[in-house]
Amino acid sequence: MKTLKDCEKACRVKVLKLNTKGDLKQRLISFGIMKEAILEVLEHAPAKSTIEVKIGKMRIALRAQEAQLIEVEKI
Amino acid sequence: MNTIEKQCPITANHIKVALVGQPNVGKSMLINSVSNAHLHVGNFSGVTVDKTEVLFDYKKYHFTVVDLPGTYAFTDYTIEERVTHDYLCAEDYDIIINVVDSTNLEKNLQLTSELLTMSKKVIIALNMSDEAEKENIIIDAEYMSELIGVPCIKVSAATKMGIANLIDAVVMKHESSKNRPKLVFSEPVEEEIAQIVWYLDKHKFQSENSYRNIAINLLKNNKRTYEELHDEPIWTELQPILIEASKHIELHHDSDDVKEAFAEEYASFNRGVVAEVVKQESVKEKKTLTEKIDNILIHPIFGIPIFLFFMWALFQLTFEIGAIPMDYIDSFFIWLGDTIGATIANDDIRSMIVDGVIAGVGAVVLFVPNIIILFIGIALLESTGYMSRVAFLLDGFFHKFGLHGQSFIPLVTGFGCSIPAYMSARILKNDRDRLLTLFIIGFMSCGARLPVYVLFAGAFFSPDMAGNILFFIYVSGAMLGLIAAKVLKLTAFKGVDEPFVMEMPKYRLPSVKLIWHTVLTKTMMYLKKAGTFIAGAAMLVWFLSNYPHNLTLQQEYASKIEMAVSESEKMHLQNKLDEALLEQSYLGSIGKFSEPIFEPLGFDWKMSVALQTGLAAKEVVVSTLGVLYALGSDVDQESNSLVTAISENISFASAIAFIVVIMIYLPCLAASIVFTREAGHIKYFFYLFFFTSVTAYVMAFIAYHITLLIV
Ligand SMILES: Nc1nc2c(ncn2[C@@H]2O[C@H](COP(=O)(O)OP(=O)(O)OP(=O)(O)O)[C@@H](O)[C@H]2O)c(=O)[nH]1
Ligand SMILES: [Mg+2]
Repeated sequence: MKTLKDCEKACRVKVLKLNTKGDLKQRLISFGIMKEAILEVLEHAPAKSTIEVKIGKMRIALRAQEAQLIEVEKI
Repeated sequence: MNTIEKQCPITANHIKVALVGQPNVGKSMLINSVSNAHLHVGNFSGVTVDKTEVLFDYKKYHFTVVDLPGTYAFTDYTIEERVTHDYLCAEDYDIIINVVDSTNLEKNLQLTSELLTMSKKVIIALNMSDEAEKENIIIDAEYMSELIGVPCIKVSAATKMGIANLIDAVVMKHESSKNRPKLVFSEPVEEEIAQIVWYLDKHKFQSENSYRNIAINLLKNNKRTYEELHDEPIWTELQPILIEASKHIELHHDSDDVKEAFAEEYASFNRGVVAEVVKQESVKEKKTLTEKIDNILIHPIFGIPIFLFFMWALFQLTFEIGAIPMDYIDSFFIWLGDTIGATIANDDIRSMIVDGVIAGVGAVVLFVPNIIILFIGIALLESTGYMSRVAFLLDGFFHKFGLHGQSFIPLVTGFGCSIPAYMSARILKNDRDRLLTLFIIGFMSCGARLPVYVLFAGAFFSPDMAGNILFFIYVSGAMLGLIAAKVLKLTAFKGVDEPFVMEMPKYRLPSVKLIWHTVLTKTMMYLKKAGTFIAGAAMLVWFLSNYPHNLTLQQEYASKIEMAVSESEKMHLQNKLDEALLEQSYLGSIGKFSEPIFEPLGFDWKMSVALQTGLAAKEVVVSTLGVLYALGSDVDQESNSLVTAISENISFASAIAFIVVIMIYLPCLAASIVFTREAGHIKYFFYLFFFTSVTAYVMAFIAYHITLLIV
């Protein structure tokens, strides 16, 4: 199983599943991070603690812990 | 809640408009451009954290526009989102203007879809049309209005384009009937909706909202709709239908979460709308400008050094440029004191005005240039979009200290003033994170402390070092804050880490006008405070330091002075008299009384008093020192500037300890009140008082003794 956390810079992926519940899931969904969404990894913060992804025209920063909950597949 | 008042004729028609939209789409700026309000605008999510009403008149109508915090979805995830959610559900208003970002329509429409299921009149403002044009995005607003069933108006808050159209549309909508939004779902969902509608219709259910909307809300598990229907007689029959319907929808979406299913429904509807109405002439560059800039500014290796460099440069400028007009301001107040003093015959009143008010206020106004530069720096950070980048860069680092990356935003705001910083901590969802942030905001030295630092840095360091010292003070304050956060996290605010998910806005070149207004508003506030609160405090300090009069002491010295032979001896005696009088004044007694407490830190009684008056406001520290040293030691008339007085009367080690206390101890009275309100309980104020006082004392003690050893 591959998660967003494992993705390198500039890699494009499709979201398969959100392994989370409740508030965080709501927030991710409201950002458009849901099934079928296409993400592109733009940048990692120092020590890869935080990553920046692009979805549609929006850029979103999230922590590695959160990225780990997003199951993706490479496209 | 702020209200900007404006008179209106009683006969005018009132229209109350709620401005709703996702964060950072330009709601506040839109209000500024339709009225003459100056709401806070910034290029990051979560600028507005409280509702604000603005009144203005247009044609024969009287408008009340309510600016609400931005919200990504119609939920109550953070406190500020709750403000919007609760407002929309519970308050009375006539119409919603849903502000959307034209350059990112698809995502913005997610919220729009949710708004459309409320029984309210809605208008969509397609904001940022100017930006859309630049990016070659063409939106067919008329077609879009037709597709969604809601008026869509192109506007730009920045260029004021389309504003009149928007208001006209609001008026028109206000006069006409509710809209019938044409939100279409996938077939299985439509079937379920139809069934519930049929059921409601059969029982002739009474409601303000349409049956269709009620059905959608029920299927979405909307809490409020549930509560409303729960006590109705039809509920017993309705419930099994709903359960069945939810199952079907979940099955269809292969998900166990209806909310997610509906989000997908909305997304596919919106995708359809966008595909129909948006034409993007693709001159597709591979990378947008924002991404190119980001390649440098959030570079994993260079990102943080670049940020530190910006900070350093800011403080360098603060000191260097701020020092230029200082002499003029200083001589202006001396001139003012002399001129006004000459017109007052009564000794006491003259002294009160000249040595009290003018010296006190002058000491504070002296630092306006520094403050302005600092404010410009913060305004740039806020309005370019760099703020969120730094939050991104520092999140990992912050996380190690138990802080949330988004804490960065209130913390940076804290460099300007603690009060808005406490408020903006609302963007943190988790109460523990928020309290933790509230506790350490005080470690970020606010603008009002800058005068104290500039004063001491100027008194004890050469001009080319002073800027670095300033930078060092701010950075070490912030570092102390981080350590304090770690300590608090390990003890008082234990708990699991909250997720960090944040939107990074595109870079925007702020207009000069915007920066000018932001800085002007803050500077005027500082000056107003100097003219009122600080002037009053200076007068009080003057009074306390001049009374009670001691006639015996005065007579005793008067005879001594008469007997003195040389001029210099007379002068010397006069100074001794002044000093003795000051020491037996009320303030002197307070100072003497508390001196033993501060003795271990190397403070004389004047410094002790200044720290205590500083509890009211940090500017008062400077004005108090100004009054005390203006009265006490007019050693020679040539150098009566405060900087000289400080460097002559205070030892280097004491000065360092003094700065440390200023850095750490309780922020001003007003900020303490806001802190207590935001923290939610008075007990937190006492914790804060205790925590900061002890930390300040211990750190100052250490700093004092280390400096004594070194120097
Ligand atoms: N080019 C352009 N920029 C705009 C326009 N409207 C707003 N902006 C910019 O967008 C940013 C956000 O504006 P705000 O008014 O603070 O946004 P808001 O919706 O109130 O944001 P929150 O209070 O965080 O919900 C600022 O940097 C504005 O300068 C516009 O019409 N055109
Ligand atoms: Mg706003």
